[in-house]
Amino acid sequence: MSTSTAHSVVEPSRLTRTIAGTLVIVYALVTMVPLAWIFLTGFKTPPDSISYPPKVVFEPSLEGYVNLFTTRTRQTPDYMASLPPPQTWYEELVRSRQMVIAGPSKFGERFLNSVIIGFGSTFLSVFLGTLAAYAFSRFRVPLADDLLFFILSTRMMPPIAVAIPIFLMYRTLGLSDTHLGMIILYTAVNVSLSVWLLKGFVDEIPREYEEAALIDGYTRLQAFVKVVLPQMATGIAATAIFCLIFAWNEYAFALLLTSGTAQTAPPFIPTIIGEGGLDWPAIGAGVTLFLLPVLVFTILLRKHLLRGITFGAVRK
Amino acid sequence: MAEIRVEALRKNFGAFTAVKNSDFTVEDGEFFVMLGPSGCGKTTTLRMIAGLELPTSGRIFLGGEDVTFNRASHRDIAFVFQLFALYPHMNVRRNMAFPLVCQGMPRQEIRTRVEETARLLRIDHILDRPVSGLAGGDRQRVALGRAIVRRPKAFMMDEPLGTLDSEFRDLMVRELRELHNSIRATTVYVTHDQVEAMAMADKIAVMNHGVIEQFGHPQEIYDRPATMFVADFIGSPPMNFLDVEGGQDAGAAKVRLCGTEVAIPELREQVADGALVLGMRPEHIRFDDGSRLRGEVVGSEYLGTTQIVTVMLGAAQLKARIAADLVVRDGETVGLTFDTARLSLFDRASGRALASARDDAGPARRTGTGG
Repeated sequence: MSTSTAHSVVEPSRLTRTIAGTLVIVYALVTMVPLAWIFLTGFKTPPDSISYPPKVVFEPSLEGYVNLFTTRTRQTPDYMASLPPPQTWYEELVRSRQMVIAGPSKFGERFLNSVIIGFGSTFLSVFLGTLAAYAFSRFRVPLADDLLFFILSTRMMPPIAVAIPIFLMYRTLGLSDTHLGMIILYTAVNVSLSVWLLKGFVDEIPREYEEAALIDGYTRLQAFVKVVLPQMATGIAATAIFCLIFAWNEYAFALLLTSGTAQTAPPFIPTIIGEGGLDWPAIGAGVTLFLLPVLVFTILLRKHLLRGITFGAVRK
Repeated sequence: MAEIRVEALRKNFGAFTAVKNSDFTVEDGEFFVMLGPSGCGKTTTLRMIAGLELPTSGRIFLGGEDVTFNRASHRDIAFVFQLFALYPHMNVRRNMAFPLVCQGMPRQEIRTRVEETARLLRIDHILDRPVSGLAGGDRQRVALGRAIVRRPKAFMMDEPLGTLDSEFRDLMVRELRELHNSIRATTVYVTHDQVEAMAMADKIAVMNHGVIEQFGHPQEIYDRPATMFVADFIGSPPMNFLDVEGGQDAGAAKVRLCGTEVAIPELREQVADGALVLGMRPEHIRFDDGSRLRGEVVGSEYLGTTQIVTVMLGAAQLKARIAADLVVRDGETVGLTFDTARLSLFDRASGRALASARDDAGPARRTGTGG
């Protein structure tokens, strides 16, 4: 008796899977290399970071992180000798470079600005998008198709093309360099994506659920909150990730419209200057820390994200 | 529990009229089925009664109260959807409790009610399961449970068995009818399946193109179809139709078919030339070698207890339901006789049933206009 292996037409063969797997791994490696390099740079000393040939193996140091969070001044050896012994490990690290800590840097503030503006605009985009998507999906909106196209059309040009008018408008309105201004701006850019993505999700929820709730005695708003919203969770999560990634990474508008109080991390990080040029370890440290929130957010919601990306590809 | 009365109900969707002037009354505790092909307006009528659509004109009374423009939530009606519409993010218990929570019922009472209802439907063992993993029949029972638990004035059911496989459907038909017998709730049930309708209904309304073609008891609809549409829609295979040549006077009791005289129920009205159509159910055709009406057998389907034999009579095709043990071969010529007392007579142009001696005991009941 011999057992024959059935070959399925739809299941990929072993060879196909091997090739696909290899491609994915190669692609992942290629995209991961810069990230890994930045991550390593964050733990180098400034001389190591610019040494040639580049060092892959080095003695790790937290100097980059210390420099990221502090401002320092160079002092004369006499002055250094007159100081009491250092109290903390980072003071010691700074003094070994003939410098003293002058105070905290602005990185913390800038990072907080990024959090406020990124999450604020994400919340607003998803909130508005959910309501608009529900309305477009369920109610007879006059000129619905035209309106939807209009909303989509706002994405057809690169937002930076209108940077100058927005700059002038924001200056007049007093929105330049304010949290509110940046939240409004990022929301305006994201809301079109949010409406379109979420409309697809609402469309897929059968109306019967709401009708059942209406008949059971609930109002339309209650039906929306208790029945529709929980079923939109996946869509909302996926949309939120897309919106957050945009708002978090946005550089051009942030550079143009913010300089002080509302400056986000992206335009701030490249301006970290050390002695004799850019302080690469501090920049590496800043980038690494800056990546973390989106990384954590995406990992937490990755199941929804996958469903969001492949959404609509398979009809039931 | 309540009586449902619908008066001159009409619904237009733009230029399309989904429901044309429907009138009917569903008595308290009755199981009423709206039957018809898809797009005939039955679901629209149901949704108007439930308050999910507003009628273009007409009135709806529920227990004597005019509810035409009331919100669905204020009508105290339960609705069972074709796709069940069980909330996927809640388990069985929370699904069933959902309508009660809305009424602000105390938690302990909700618990008692849900468990009581679950026992009635034999789903008390799955109360804490998520609804997504349930089998079709159990989902159906949960959907019913969510409707019953509220003890509403009336139940609306929109093809609730449409997605079940046929074996399960038969079981649910029986269960639904038993359930109705035990709780006696006024029920409006929409289906396109005549078997479901016949098996469950106290009254049936057969709809077509937004018009109620016939309203009556299942037997009445089967035996005395009011229109050719109903005759054709009900029964499997449907009623046979034979065109009769020439006109007939009122009082005629015989017509000529293929050169042979055939007895019919005595006509009570004058029929124009070529307007008479003779209708007969397949089981009212018998094979009789002595008959002068001869036809040729062109095919047969064996169904176990009976067989359906297709016979060409002149240019017309008839389907006869005869005993399974009778041997018939294709190409054979057979003599045919009809059960005269059960023949239906129709007017070709309008499709309506003609008055005949069969109506002497009282005309076939018919509500609604048009046809």
